[in-house]
Amino acid sequence: MAMKTSSAKFKDRVDEGIHNDFMRLAVSSAQERLHGRRLTAVDELGSWEDWRSLGEEIRQHVLSNLDFYLHQLALNVSKRGGHVFFAETAEQASGYIKDVIVKKNAKKVVKSKSMVTEEINLNATLEAVGLDVVETDLGEYILQVDDHDPPSHIVAPALHKNKEQIRDVFKEKLAYTQTEKPEELTAHVRGILRKDFLSADVGITGCNFAIAETGSIGLVTNEGNADLVTALPKTQITVMGMERLVPTFDEFEVLVSLLTRSAVGQRLTSYITALTGPRDEGDVDGPEEFHLVIVDNGRSSILGTEFQSVLQCIRCAACINVCPVYRQVGGHSYGSIYPGPIGAVLSPLLGGYDDFKELPYASTLCAACTDACPVKIPLHDLLRKHREVIVEKEKMAPFSEKMAMKAFGIGAASPMLYKFGSKMAPSAMSPFKTGDIISKGPGPLKTWTESREFPAPGKESFRDWFKNREKGGKSS
Amino acid sequence: MKVTLFATCLVDLFQSNVGKATVELLERLGCEIDFPVSQICCGQPAYNSGYTKESKEAMKKMIKTFADAEYVVTPSGSCAAMFKEYPVLFKGDAVWEKKAASLAAKTYELSQFIVDVLKVTDVGATLKGKATYHTSCHMTRLLKVKEAPAILLSHVRGLEVTPLPDAQNCCGFGGTFSVKMGDISGQMVEEKVCNIEATGADFLIGGDAGCLMNIGGRIQRKGQPVKVLHIAEVLNSI
Ligand code: SF4
Repeated sequence: MAMKTSSAKFKDRVDEGIHNDFMRLAVSSAQERLHGRRLTAVDELGSWEDWRSLGEEIRQHVLSNLDFYLHQLALNVSKRGGHVFFAETAEQASGYIKDVIVKKNAKKVVKSKSMVTEEINLNATLEAVGLDVVETDLGEYILQVDDHDPPSHIVAPALHKNKEQIRDVFKEKLAYTQTEKPEELTAHVRGILRKDFLSADVGITGCNFAIAETGSIGLVTNEGNADLVTALPKTQITVMGMERLVPTFDEFEVLVSLLTRSAVGQRLTSYITALTGPRDEGDVDGPEEFHLVIVDNGRSSILGTEFQSVLQCIRCAACINVCPVYRQVGGHSYGSIYPGPIGAVLSPLLGGYDDFKELPYASTLCAACTDACPVKIPLHDLLRKHREVIVEKEKMAPFSEKMAMKAFGIGAASPMLYKFGSKMAPSAMSPFKTGDIISKGPGPLKTWTESREFPAPGKESFRDWFKNREKGGKSS
Repeated sequence: MKVTLFATCLVDLFQSNVGKATVELLERLGCEIDFPVSQICCGQPAYNSGYTKESKEAMKKMIKTFADAEYVVTPSGSCAAMFKEYPVLFKGDAVWEKKAASLAAKTYELSQFIVDVLKVTDVGATLKGKATYHTSCHMTRLLKVKEAPAILLSHVRGLEVTPLPDAQNCCGFGGTFSVKMGDISGQMVEEKVCNIEATGADFLIGGDAGCLMNIGGRIQRKGQPVKVLHIAEVLNSI
C-alpha cells in the first residue's frame, strides 16, 4: 500500500465514514478507553510537562544534528557487520529490499508492524515478484487477510473493525469456526503465524528508534512478534524513516517511556527489544545477515522549513486518539496511511497537496492534538500553516473564499462577518427567516443549517445599544 | 477601574445580549466601561483560513483601536487567545511587534479578568436550576483558562453545575470549519448535544459565542428545552 489509500473524493470518503455507525462506535469507544489510560499513565509519571519538554528537546537536537547522527548510526551498523542503504525515494527503498530478497531465492517473508514499509509500498512490490509476505502484527494481519483493507490508525491499524467483523472475516478467509472472543481469535492466528515464522526466509521490521551510538535498532511491541521476526529468519531487513533515531540509550529510554504511555497508556509495552547487527559467533539466534534501509522519501525537504517540527513525531497516535474529527470520520476518510492530525500535517508534505489538500481543513483547530503530543509538535498550528501555503503558494483556495477574506485585507474597514452580518440583517434574509432563526440558509450557510438553526442577526447590534445608552437614550 | 470592552463580532451582530450582560456585570463590579467603535473582528477567521496577510491588516486596526486601553476585556476565550497570538504574528516587525505585545499583555477573557484582576470569585448572581458547562477549546487549551469559569459558577446561588461527559471534545464549531465541513461539524455538535441532554441540565453555559451559536443551533433544531446561556448572562442574573 502506498501512502494514498483511496482514489475516491475526500467528500465521498467522509460521507462514507460518517454514515458507518459500526466504525464510529468502534472508534469512539477506543478513543475513550485510550484517553483514560493515557491520562492515568501520564499522571503516574509525574511532571508530565517536563517530560514533554525533554522529549521535544531530544527530538529537536536530533533533527538539528541529523547528518551527524545518521553517519554515526551507519558507521556503527557497518562495524557490526550490517549493511546500510540510504534510499532517497520510496521506489529506491522497496527496490533495494526486493533485490536483496530475490538474490536469496527466498520464498516467504514475515513482517512486523511498520508504517514506513506501507509508505514505500513494500508489500505490493514484493508480492509482484511472487513472494509470500505475511504481516505478523495482529491488526495488520487482519487487514491483510481482509483483502488488504487499508489501515485506519497508525498504532491500531484495524481500529475500525469490531470483533464481530473480525470473526466474520476469519470465517470467510481462514475457515474459522469459533466465536468473536478475542482470545479465540488470537489463538487461531497464533497457530497460523507460528508456521510462518518457522518457515520464513526473511524478516522485515520497522524501527521505533535507532540508537546512533551503538548502531542498535529499538523495537516496541505488545505481541512479541517483532522478536520472532528478527530471531528466526536468516536475513533481517529493518526499514526506518531517516528521522527515527536517538543519540544513545539514555534518550531511547525517555522516548520509549513517552511513546508507550502516550500510545497505549502503558508504563512499558510487553516487549521492548534492542537489536545490534547480525548474529555474533556463539549467539544462539538472530539473523545471519542484517540490512538497515534508511528512507528519506521527502523527509529531508521538510528539514529547515516551517514544518520541520513534524519530524519530531514518534508515531504514538496520541493526537489521533484525542481528535474529535477523526472520531466522527474514522481513519479511511483521510485517504492516507497516516490519518488524524499527524496524517493531516504529514501527508501533504510527503505526498503533495494535489492528493491531500483537504486534510488540513479537516480540523476545527481545537488543539487537542497539540495538547496530547508527547514531543510538543504544534499540530494545530502546522495545520493552519498548511492552509496558508494552500492559499498563498499553491493558490488552491476557492474564489468565493478569497473574495470573502479580501475584506480583511483592505484596511479591514468592513471585514467579512460585518459585511455578511449587515447583508443578512435587513430584508435579504427575510425569505429564509422564521422568527429569530434561519433554518435553511443560502450560500455558505447551507451546510450549517442542514443540522442546526442559525440565528438571524438581532434587530439592534450591540454597538447600537451601547451608543444609545451612552447618549442616555432608550435601550432594551 | 477602567475597562475597554472588546465585544467580538459574533456578540456585536448576533448576541447583543451577551454584550449587554458583560457591560452590566462589569459595571456592577465597579468598572467603568469604554467601547471603542472602531473595533472590528480580531482577524481570526482569515488567519485560521490561511489568509495571514489579510488578517494582519485587521489586527493592525485592532492594535490601534486598543492602544490606550488599560485593560482589554472580552467575553470570548477564543478571541482573547487570538489577541495573545498577535506578537507571534508580528515577530520581527519593527513597528508592530511591540504594540502587539502590549495589547496581548493587557487582554483578558471575562471570567479570567474577574477572578485574576478584580479578585472576585462571587459576583452575587442567582440562577435557579441545573447547569452544565462547555469548556471551549481555545479558552482552555490556547488561553489556558480552566479554573476561573468554574469558580465563578460555583458561587452562583441556586445553580447546580453538573459535569459534561466528554467535555474535552470540541463542539464542532471551528469558525469556517462549520460551513466548510458542515457535515462533519454537524455530527460533532450532535454528539455534544446528546451529552448535554444526558446530564439532564436546564442550562448549557459557555464562554464563547461561536460554540454557543453552534450548540444552541442544534438544540433548537432538535426542539430541546435546554436553555443556552453565555457565562456573562449567568453572572449577570440577580
Ligand atoms: S504528532 Fe505527536 S501525538 Fe501525533 S503521533 Fe506524532 S508524536 Fe504522537
